[in-house]
Formats: sequence, C-alpha cells, structure tokens
Amino acid sequence: MIPAAFDYVSPTSLDDALAALAEAGDDAKVLAGGQSLLPILRMRLNAPEKVVDLGRIEALRGIRDGGDHIAIGAMTPYSDVVTDALVQEHAGLLAKAVETVADPQIRHRGTVGGALVHADPAGDVGAPVLALDATMVVVGPGGERTVGAGEFFRDLFETAVGDGELLTEIRIPKHTGWGSAYEKFVRVSHQWSIVAVAATVRLEGGSIAEARVGLTNMGSTPLRASAVEQALVGKGLSDLESACAAAADGTNPPSDLNGDADYRRHLAAVLTRRAVQRAMGG
Amino acid sequence: MTAVDDRPTTEIGSARLRKEDQRLITGRTKWTDNIQLPGMVHLAMVRSPFAHARVSGIDTAEAKALPGVIAVLTGSDIADIQGLNITAWPITTDQKAPDHLPMVVDHVACAGEIVAVVAARSAAVARDAAELVDVDYEELPAVLDLKEAATDAVLAHPSLGTNKSAFWQLDSKAGGTGGDIEEAIATAREGGILIEREYRQQRLIPSFMEPRSTVVDPTGDQVVLWSSTQVPHLVRFGIAATTGLPESKIRVIAPDVGGGFGGKLQTTPEEFVTLAVARTLGKPCKYTETRSESMVSAHHGRDQWQKLTLAAEKDGTVTGLKVELMCDLGAYAGLVGGGVPVLGAWMFNSIYKFGAYQFNCTNYYTNKTWVDAYRGAGRPEATYAIERLMDELAAEVGVDPMEIRRKNWITHDEFPFASVAGMTYDSGDYEAATEKALGLFGYDELRAEQQRRRESGDPVQLGIGISTFTEMCGLAPSRVLGSLNYGAGGWESASIRMLTTGTVEVITGASAHGQGHETAWSQIVADRLGVPFENVEVLHGDTQIAPKGMDTYGSRSLVVGGEALVRAADKVIEKAKPLAAHMLEAGVDDLEFAAGRFTVKGTDKGIGLTDIALGIWTGHDYPEGLEPSIDADATFDPVNFSFPHGTHLCAMEVDTETGATTMRKYVCVDDIGTIINPLIVEGQVHGGLVQGIGQALWEGAEYDEQGTLVSGSFVDYTLPTAADTISFVTDHTTSPSTSNSLGTKGVGEAGTIASTPAVVNAIVDAVRHLGIDDIQMPCTPERVWKAIQSAGGTTDAAPVADAQAHFDEGAPNQDPAAGTTDGAGQ
Ligand SMILES: Cc1cc2nc3c(=O)[nH]c(=O)nc-3n(C[C@H](O)[C@H](O)[C@H](O)COP(=O)(O)OP(=O)(O)OC[C@H]3O[C@@H](n4cnc5c(N)ncnc54)[C@H](O)[C@@H]3O)c2cc1C
Repeated sequence: MIPAAFDYVSPTSLDDALAALAEAGDDAKVLAGGQSLLPILRMRLNAPEKVVDLGRIEALRGIRDGGDHIAIGAMTPYSDVVTDALVQEHAGLLAKAVETVADPQIRHRGTVGGALVHADPAGDVGAPVLALDATMVVVGPGGERTVGAGEFFRDLFETAVGDGELLTEIRIPKHTGWGSAYEKFVRVSHQWSIVAVAATVRLEGGSIAEARVGLTNMGSTPLRASAVEQALVGKGLSDLESACAAAADGTNPPSDLNGDADYRRHLAAVLTRRAVQRAMGG
Repeated sequence: MTAVDDRPTTEIGSARLRKEDQRLITGRTKWTDNIQLPGMVHLAMVRSPFAHARVSGIDTAEAKALPGVIAVLTGSDIADIQGLNITAWPITTDQKAPDHLPMVVDHVACAGEIVAVVAARSAAVARDAAELVDVDYEELPAVLDLKEAATDAVLAHPSLGTNKSAFWQLDSKAGGTGGDIEEAIATAREGGILIEREYRQQRLIPSFMEPRSTVVDPTGDQVVLWSSTQVPHLVRFGIAATTGLPESKIRVIAPDVGGGFGGKLQTTPEEFVTLAVARTLGKPCKYTETRSESMVSAHHGRDQWQKLTLAAEKDGTVTGLKVELMCDLGAYAGLVGGGVPVLGAWMFNSIYKFGAYQFNCTNYYTNKTWVDAYRGAGRPEATYAIERLMDELAAEVGVDPMEIRRKNWITHDEFPFASVAGMTYDSGDYEAATEKALGLFGYDELRAEQQRRRESGDPVQLGIGISTFTEMCGLAPSRVLGSLNYGAGGWESASIRMLTTGTVEVITGASAHGQGHETAWSQIVADRLGVPFENVEVLHGDTQIAPKGMDTYGSRSLVVGGEALVRAADKVIEKAKPLAAHMLEAGVDDLEFAAGRFTVKGTDKGIGLTDIALGIWTGHDYPEGLEPSIDADATFDPVNFSFPHGTHLCAMEVDTETGATTMRKYVCVDDIGTIINPLIVEGQVHGGLVQGIGQALWEGAEYDEQGTLVSGSFVDYTLPTAADTISFVTDHTTSPSTSNSLGTKGVGEAGTIASTPAVVNAIVDAVRHLGIDDIQMPCTPERVWKAIQSAGGTTDAAPVADAQAHFDEGAPNQDPAAGTTDGAGQ
C-alpha cells in the first residue's frame, strides 16, 4: 500500500506550522501520530498535496498542572497519558479509557489531539473528554480560541477545528478524588469499541453526589448521557439498574458487522451500569 | 502395511529448537518480496470493484503516459500466453467449470479479479498508474447467496447455463460398506430418535502472515519464477500445461514462505499474470500484493450449508447418518476446489460405528471470491457437523455428551476398523485419549460448577464442549486419488547426498512454509545415518534442486515425505555396505551398522559412513561392478491414509447480559502417532487450536448486497491475536500409525479440525437450559445475546453486512461506487 506522492514539511514551531497550512490551503493535511492518517493515505482514501508533520513541535507535547485544570498538549502520545501521575490523580477516567486504545505500538504513536480531531465515533478518547467537561484550545490564522467539549464534536469525523487551524491543548478540569471506569466492549482485544461507556463519579457517604457519563460509538459523535447522570445522584451501589436503563435514550447507534443498533442500545445500558459500579469501587 | 521400526533413537522425540527460526523470525532471509534483480520492473494490478460485470472498454492512455510506466497490459494483450488457473480435481467427469483466466478478457465473475496490469520502474509509479487506468464496466446481476445460486435464477457464469458445478455421492449400501440410510431413517422415525439439523460453515479467509508475492526472471535460458507458494511443483506443472512454455524451460522456486494454511495451495492469477508480463517485456518483474488485495483475491475457505439427518435408537445408539451439503465454490473451481468438501466424505462418520451412511455434496458457483483448501479442508466441516450432532443426540436422550460418544465409538480392540465410509482405520485408542483429557480438564468439578451457576441464576453461565475427532492425513495413496478422478499422485520423494567432508544434504519434495521441516527432517536423518543433527542440511522448494515433489498440505509432509526420507537413508546404508566391507576387508554379512559406523562383528574394526563418502568421492579404490556413489533417492507412495485422533474439551463462560463469551479452559489430548519433535508439535497444536477457535468465535468473510467484501481488512475481519486466547493444556497418547515406518500420523490440521465444535458445543451447553440448541458461527456476542432473547426459537440472525468506517466520512474500506471509472478498487 503506497500513498500518492505528497510534499512533506516538519516545522518546529506552531507559527511555522500555521504558515505552512495557510500556504497550502485545502490541499494540506496535518500529521500527528499518523495512526489514522497513514492508513487513509495508504489506502488512497485521501491524497493531500502537502503533509505538515507536528512531530517536531516540542511545545505541543506534555502534560502540565494548570491550577484548576490539567493541560495536555495535543501531540502528547497515549502512552504518556496512561502513565502520567497528574492525569491519574485528576482525570483518572481519561487514563483508563486511553489504556484501552488498540495496542502498545499504536499507543506509543497515536496522540490525544490526533484522536480528538479525527473524531471517529468509535474512538476511545472522545467520551471521557466529553464526560470530564474538557475545553479544547484551537489556534488558527485569526489567533487562539477555546471550545467546550460539548461544542467540539460536530459529526462523524468532523469537529470545531477548521481548515488551517490546529488543536493545541486539551484542558481538563480537575476531578480529584472522583472514581472512574471505562467499560469497553469488543470482540477481539485490538478492536475499536463496539460500544464503550466512560463513567466518573464523586461519592458522598457511599452514594453518588455527582456523576458524569460519556458514550462511545452510540451515534455520530461521542455522547453525554445526561439523563443518567441526573438519575444517578443519590444512588448507592445496589440501586443503579433503573438509573442506567435509560443510557441509550435519544442515541442513534450504527448497525454493522459487530452488532445492530438495538443490540448496541442494550449494551449501552448494561455497560453503563457496570462502569458506574466499577467507578464506585463496586 | 509397513511395520513400525523400533530401533533406538536419540534425535527423534527431542524438543530441538527449530533451525530455521533465526532467519524466519528476523526476516533476514529470502522472502520473495526481498528479491531484487537487475532491471526489475514492478507490477500493480487493476482489479474489478464489481462482483459481476462485462468489461466494455479499457482506456490505458493516461496510465501509459505517466513517467516511469513501461507498459499497461489488458487481458486481450496477453490472451495467447497467459495460461489458465487449473483445477486438479474435477470431482466428477462431467463437472462444469468455467475457464479461470488469470486476467479477465471481458467477463468479471467476482470482485477483485484482475482486469489490467501496470508495469513500471517503481512500485509507487505502478500504483499511481493503476489508479489512472479507466475501465468501463457494464454491471451484470450478481448471485451472491449460496441458496439463491442453487435456484439458477441468476447465473454467476451465464455461458455455463447453470450455477451447479457437480454432484457427488458416497453411499454405504451402494459401496457395500454398510446398510441402507433411508431404511435407518425410516426406522428411527417410527420408534427411535431422529436429529435433523442444518448447520452453516461460514466463509473464512486463510490470512497467512506473508502476503503473496511473485518474481519472474525471463532473461535466462529457463524462466525462473519465485513465488510465495505452498506448491512450487504444482505451479510448474500448471504453467507447463497451460502457457505453452515447455516444462524443462521453467524453474519454480518457493523461497522462505511465511505461512499458507492452504491459502497458498493454488496456482494463482497473479503468478500467471506476472509471468506473462515478464515474458512480454523480456524483463524481470515483481508483484507483491497488499493485504487488502490478498483478502479479496486469494482464495477463501469453507462456505457450506450442511443438512444433516442422524438416526438413532432410543438409547442413543446411532444407526445412520445422512449428509447433504451445499457448497459455495465462489466464482471458480480452484486447484482442489470442488474436491475440498468431498474430503469430508469419509469423516462425517468420524470415530463412530454407524450402521448406514450417505454423503451427498453439490457444489455451486457464485460471484464471490473462489473457495479452496483452508487448514483441515473438508474435515473440519465434517467434524463440526458430527460433533455438534452427538451433543444434540445426548441432549435428546438425556445423558452426558461423553456417554453418547462412548456408546458409539470404535473401541481400541476393534482396530484395524473398516468404517462405514469405506476407510480402514489402522490404529487408535479413543478411550485412552479421553480418559487422559478428562483428568487434565477436571471434568466433574466443572460440571458441578455449571450446576451451581444454573441453580443460582448466575448471569455468567458455564458450558462444557466435547470434540472427539479423527481425521485422515497423509494425502494420499495415489491409486485412491486416481479412483476419485484427482489429477495428480500423492507420493513424495527424498534424496540424500553424502558430501565429501562429513555433512549431508537432504532434498525433500515437500515444500515447507513455516512448519519446521528442516529441523524434523534433520532429526530423522541424524538418527538414521548416525550423523550430527547440525551436519544435516535440508533443501526444498526449488524445482531445480528438488525436482520431484507433491509439496506441503493435508498434513502429508512427514507422514509421506518423512517415509520417503527414511527409505532414502536406508538405501544410503545399503549402498555403503559393500563399500564398507571392501574397505574393512570383511564380508558383507559380517558387518553391523549403528550410530553412523559399520563395524565387523566381534572386532573393533570399523569405518564411519562419512569416511566412506569421502572414499567413494575420490573413487580411488572400490569394488569393480559397483557405482562410485552412496547417494540415494526414494519415492514413497502410501498404501493408506493415517488417522490421528484426539479428545478436546473446552469450557466457555457466557455472559448472558451481553452475549460475550470467554474461554475458561481448553484441554486436548491428541494421538498423532510417533512424535519426531514435541516442540514443533506443540506449535502446530496451539496454532491449529487458535485457527479453529477463530472460526467458532471471530472470523467470517461477509459480503454486502453488491458483492463487495465488507470484511476486507483486519479491522473488520476479526482475526484473533495472542491476547485473545488462553493458555492451552495439550498432551498426547500414542498409537503409532502402521502406514509408515516412523509411526507418524500428521498434526498440521488436528487442532483446527477439533477445536471449532468443542467451542460451539461449550457455548450451546452453557445456554441449553434456556432453550437454545444452536448458535451460528461465528458465535458473536450479538448472536449469543439474540439467541438468549429469542430462546427456544432458532437463531440464524445474519449480521448486518456493513463495516464501520474508521477513516473518513463516506469512505468505507472498499467502496464499489468509488471504482466506477478507476479500476484500482483496492
Ligand atoms: C490498528 C489500529 C487500531 C486502533 N484502535 C483504536 C482503538 O481501539 N481506539 C481508538 O480510540 N483508536 C484506535 N485507533 C486510532 C488511533 O487512536 C489513532 O491514533 C487516532 O485516531 C489518531 O491519532 P493520531 O495521533 O495517530 O493522528 P493522525 O492519524 O496523525 O491524524 C488524525 C487526523 O487528525 C488530524 N490532526 C491530528 N492532529 C491534529 C491537530 N493537532 N490539529 C488539527 N488536526 C490534527 C490529522 O490531519 C488527521 O486528519 C487505532 C488505530 C489503528 C491503526
């Protein structure tokens, strides 16, 4: 599988990257970890004239403490996120979800930013980012803007990041002390989620004070199960069933070789209960 | 029948590390794609995105104009020299088979067929140019479903007039090997038990590790073709028989080959097209497929509907079995093709004593990828059917499934046993293998746990699956093949060259592609000739070095090729004996041979075989009338198959809330006769098990309504990895085969044949109390869950034939619409 020919640039600064993009216009593609872009190029589903590799821009890589939030550079590879102490302490849900992505090789290459901009509804990064109320930092010719996770995902493979723009940072409000779990349902270990549920909860005296639940692959974008979140408040380990039963309400999951929409709706309810249960330590 | 040899051995039975692994694992070796020749040209294929179409025009102008392109050739350009992909086994003399042209001239019968080829200075340019070839297709109605094909409403090959290829029957009454099946069924219908089922063998993709690759060098006196194939000798035959090139002008080499699983038991369109382009241009050419091309264009496996009627008495004694198969050959009859399901004819009766038996097989064409051998070829299908049926019978009678098997199997004192299908099983001991397996498994404890989980209504239920299987290996006695209308023999050859400086060259006609022949063959020769293991070099896979051979498939290499090797070794000793006598100044009758030396009985006088080799090379002093050589050749044609067997036990957990299944325990005890190398055997068993489990749980080639292969990449064709399997418990019992002097039976396919029904039986057993008696393969969580939801009813829920796109909006992995004008669909 050989891609069509393209020009390649690897700028070392954000400004140079933006300039390279501006110059090429529609015909450029940004390269992050390449784990989605390279298959696309090799299968010739896309043939950009120029590829702008962000790999040498150090500023886009790394995880830092932003006070009330943690800030993750868009080019931070999955493997760093999984093992990072800040993430584990303040956004445990993200670490747990990212740990389930593909296999170790892909986790060493693939980046959080690349995954978010690629916006595969079966990808495992969107749901936790949505559930954790993250904010994305997007930079373009017109400067920097921030977009809430709720507005970020527009459709299948479509986000708020426009042509000529770059996602630079993901800011996640600290969820210190919250329990979390990511229930990913697959047939073989290295598969994309058939359905997955990201749940994180804050407990008070054994019952749920606050809950956040994100759904993977239950529609064309990651989804927030807000009704479930509300229904869970005040619930204990033994009475989750009814609160989680509505997890699939209002969703529009796909039908494919791995399961039809009805089956996915059923899975969403079961997995939501299991995710919340595990997040509660049950 | 050959007596089993019982001379002492030191190498045979030792778990030697494989000598070939260093180079195979590091890749520092000659894979076909590693070959670079001066002036070599690279090819890219333009393939049809349509399942059924007429090619009304091909515009190559734009592609030809691309810098670096040397030629763009279509089917009509190479029509005279391209040859034909052959069928070695027309199962009946009136079998209908469309000509399988390597490159389509005007009629496309399945997606992925080659319609044009680009030759260019680099592989990248070839690929770019392939995108520019503009093919006009007139789409024709495609027949995709096997049962629809049987109605002939839409024809896969309109010129054939029907989709039916052939009908083949084996009947125990007609053959004099058993009773009348209709009578047995009628009796059972009256006052016994009749189990009637229909099972599906889904389509599978062999998924060998190394994609196929071919290099052809036409510049010498001989045309040399390197190919990633299991069957260099058959490829050479196919070329000679169909292209007009004399056989003596063709040399075929299978260098190191990265797996095949039957998927490279073929003469491929790609080989023939590469050859035709090389001959046309007079330049060396290379073609290496992509994985996506491999999945759609290399042959697939299985794909049957099995209608089964099992007749039994009320106590569970089986009186007869009737098998009616519908088999999907895809678009063409392949090399073994229509014969693959027929290989199951002798195996549906398996290890049991049935009074009457009838096997019926009808093969059909559809507009899908052609189907041919895949690990086990015919026998996994048979084993699946009978082992599923025995469980159903046990449920009907209300006894443990092991009890129903004990009641019906051949006991160890009944060997040799003439089966109702007409085979003579030479040796075996089903009781011994079963006892050992039950012990290792902890059968009773697991049954008790199953009971507890049922009683407590645990959301996770436990099931136990049994598969007591046998298979026929060691393909094959040539006379038997002749009687079946097969186009070739089943012998194998070996040569031994005693080199002058103490080392030994062994040439085998079997063509290894990952099995470890070099190691096992070295062990056999080391024992036989008393030379060090390290001093043996095994050569294979090149028609110039190993001119005679029938290659590697059907668990035949060791059983047939190993015996040829033993015979060649014995000839070496025989030829050396008079020379030794001459050199030792003793009589031939006074000599003994052991551990590589001839000694004069009762003295300390002796000479080593390798010293004789050096002596005879100089030729300075040897008896008159003898030829100055101790090298030897042997060709062995077996008189019978060999019949490995085993007992496989599997415990599966079923999550009734999601339908997910988890393997809890897997134990197998295989009787494969004498074991030459236990480590290689372990590898074959483990790999085989995973492949069989893959069919039960994960794998399936699915097409959409347009005839596009939806599971056309490893994203959607869910091939298991090590992370998806558990640690298996494997062990053995040994009843040596009597069809070869080593006592070996073959192990290459055992795991695959046995494991599939063990897994499915376990899953069905876990949920049988809910009213479920079948779940179609692959037993996906969705299918299991739906079965539970509609418990009691049958569950043939077909998956939605659609793949989820992970790459781009509206751009699935293979989009026929995208190929309307560009031919390069993949
Ligand atoms: C075999 C395999 C299995 C996989 N399994 C899973 C799985 O189980 N779960 C899962 O979630 N994912 C899975 N993935 C996808 C993987 O997570 C990808 O890494 C991810 O989708 C993309 O990240 P990347 O860094 O590789 O981005 P790239 O492939 O480099 O880029 C992806 C897209 O985003 C754009 N882009 C990237 N970074 C930026 C940026 N900073 N600003 C603007 N645009 C940008 C690119 O132009 C491109 O369009 C799998 C991939 C493979 C190959």
